[in-house]
Amino acid sequence: MSVQYSSDELMDYDEVMERFDVVLGLEVHVELGTRSKMWCGCSTEFGGEPNTHTCPVCLGLPGSLPVVNKKAVESAIRIGLSLGCEIAPWCRFARKQYFYPDMPKNYQISQYDEPIAFDGLVELEVDGTGYEVPIERAHMEEDAGKSLHVGGATGRIQGSDHSLMDYNRAGVPLVEIVTKPIRGTGTKGPQVARAYMAHLRDMVRALGVSQGRMEQGQLRCDANVSLMPKGTTELGTRTETKNVNSLRSVEAALQYEICRQGAVLAGGGRVKQETRMWNEAGGFTTAGRSKEQAEDYRYFPEPDLVPIAPSREWIEQLRAGLPEMPAVKRARLQSEWSFSDLEMRDVNGTEGALDLIESTVAAGCAPAAARKWWLTELARAANERGVLLEDLPIAPAQVAEVQRLVEAGTINDKLARTVLEAVLAGEGSPERIVEERGLAVVSDEGALSAAVDAAIEANPDVAEKIRGGKTQAAGALIGAVMKRMGGRADARRVRELIIAKLS
Amino acid sequence: MALTPQDVSRLAELARIELTPAELAEIAPQLDVILEAVASVGQVADQDIPPSSHAVPLTNVMRDDERRDSWPAEAMLRGAPAQGQQRFRVPRIIDDSDAG
Ligand SMILES: [Zn+2]
Repeated sequence: MSVQYSSDELMDYDEVMERFDVVLGLEVHVELGTRSKMWCGCSTEFGGEPNTHTCPVCLGLPGSLPVVNKKAVESAIRIGLSLGCEIAPWCRFARKQYFYPDMPKNYQISQYDEPIAFDGLVELEVDGTGYEVPIERAHMEEDAGKSLHVGGATGRIQGSDHSLMDYNRAGVPLVEIVTKPIRGTGTKGPQVARAYMAHLRDMVRALGVSQGRMEQGQLRCDANVSLMPKGTTELGTRTETKNVNSLRSVEAALQYEICRQGAVLAGGGRVKQETRMWNEAGGFTTAGRSKEQAEDYRYFPEPDLVPIAPSREWIEQLRAGLPEMPAVKRARLQSEWSFSDLEMRDVNGTEGALDLIESTVAAGCAPAAARKWWLTELARAANERGVLLEDLPIAPAQVAEVQRLVEAGTINDKLARTVLEAVLAGEGSPERIVEERGLAVVSDEGALSAAVDAAIEANPDVAEKIRGGKTQAAGALIGAVMKRMGGRADARRVRELIIAKLS
Repeated sequence: MALTPQDVSRLAELARIELTPAELAEIAPQLDVILEAVASVGQVADQDIPPSSHAVPLTNVMRDDERRDSWPAEAMLRGAPAQGQQRFRVPRIIDDSDAG
C-alpha cells in the first residue's frame, strides 16, 4: 500500500484555539450483538461464506414481510435509558430511500422524526474537568451489505469496473446515537470526543448489547466539526469525517480537521460542507462526497412494520435491570482499590485495563500489583504486538498466579517479567514455566551464602565501606550476587545476608 | 395544477426512472389527478384527526431473537441479473469523489 500525503494547509492547533470556538457533533452507530437480524431470522454471525446469511426478507424480495426483533428494541431502549434519554411511548419506523448497491431494498429501514429515545445527556471527565455531551436521539435501523470493487486498483472504488455484493451484513440491527451540537469544550474538543466514544464503548459492553469493538466496525463514528470565530454566535460550516475506526483516530481526525478548517478560514476561504475520509496511515482527511445540496431521502412511515409502543411497565422493568454505568463503576473501583486520581487516570486511559484489573483482583491479586503488571509489562507487550490488552494471550487469572509466585518468594519481579513473557509466548501456566525453565529463586541458604562470600571477596573496597556503616553501598554487592545466581535470588534476603556478614 | 413537470422530473431522477419530455408532460397531469383525489381526504379529516400510516390499529408486533435457517446462496442469487464469486454483480459504482 502506498502511503498518501496531503497538501492541506494547517493552522497551528493553539492558534486555532485562540481565534475560534469549536462545535462538535458525533453520530455513532452501534452494531447490536443479537443472534438474528433486525427483521428476519438470518444469523448475524461474522465471516460466513458470501450471501449464506440471507433470505427474501433481508434481500427485500417482493412479497416478504419484515418482523421486528424484540431483543433489538429492548437493546435500543436500554441504550436510550443509559444515555439519560426519554423513551418514546409510541414511535414508527421509516423508509429512507436511496440507491446504493449495498442496500438491496433501495431503501433503509430507519427511524425519522420519531426516534425510540431522545433528549439525553452524557457527563464526562477529561483531565479532571467535567464536560457535558447533550444527546439528541438514539434510533433503530439496519446495517448494509459489503461491496467488493473489481477491476481498479485493489479494492478501490475509483476506476473499478464493477462491484460484487455480499448481503450477509444487510439487516443486522444498528442503533444510531446522535449528539446535539457539543460546545464549551475549550481546547479539549478532540479529547472530549474521544472520551465520549470510550464512554459509549464501555456502556454498550456493560449493557451486553454489543462488544463495541471499533476496529471491527461494531462501533462507528462520524465526527462533525465546525469553527466559529471567537465572539460570534453563528455556527460555521461543518464537515463530517468518516472512517474513524479507533479512539485514537477520533481524536486525531478531529484535531486535523480543526487545524485544516482554521487555515481555510484564516486565509479568507470558505469551509465546504462535505463528507471527508480519515486516512489512518497518513494521518489526514481527504475530501469525499459534497453535501452542499441537501439530500432528499423522501422518508415516509414504513408500511410493513407496525408502530412500537413500549409500555411504561416494560420501560421501568428495563430501567431497573440496567447495570452499573461505567463512570459509577470506575469511581467505586477507585475507592475499593485505594488508587490515587493519577493512578486511576492511567487505568482509564488504557483501553480495557479497568476490566482486566478487576478480573485479576477477583482472581486474588492485590489491586496495586494487578495495576502494575497490566499497565507496565503487559501494556508494553500489547504495544509491541500492536494489539489491545485484552487480545494478549494471557488471562487475568494467570497474572494473579504470577503475583502469587512473587509474594510466595518463589520468583522476584525480574523473573516475573520473564514468566509473563513466556506465558505470552504460549509456554503454559506460570507455575509450569517456573518449573520447566528452572526460574525459581534459590532458597538454598548454603548456595546463597557462598555467593555472598564470593561477592564480598571479589569487592573488598565495597565490603570495607559497608563495614564502616555505609549500608547504602550494599547495592553493588547485591548486583554482584544476582549476577552469580543468574538473577534467581531474592534481593531482600541477599541484602540481609550481606549486612549480617559485614557487621 | 399543483404538480409541475419539473416536480415529476425531480422525482423520476430520485427514483432512477428515465422519462422523456413527452412522457413527463403526459404523466404530470395524471399524477396530479391522483394527488387531488388523495387530498380530498382533507375535506373529511380535520385538524383534530391525526394522519394515519397503517390500516390496522396494531402495535408491538415483534419476534423473539431466534435464528432461522437462511436460504441457500444459490437460491438467493438465482434472480440476480449477474453474479460472480457467489455475490451479486452490479455495474460500476460512480463515487462522487471520482468527479472530484
Ligand atoms: Zn434474512
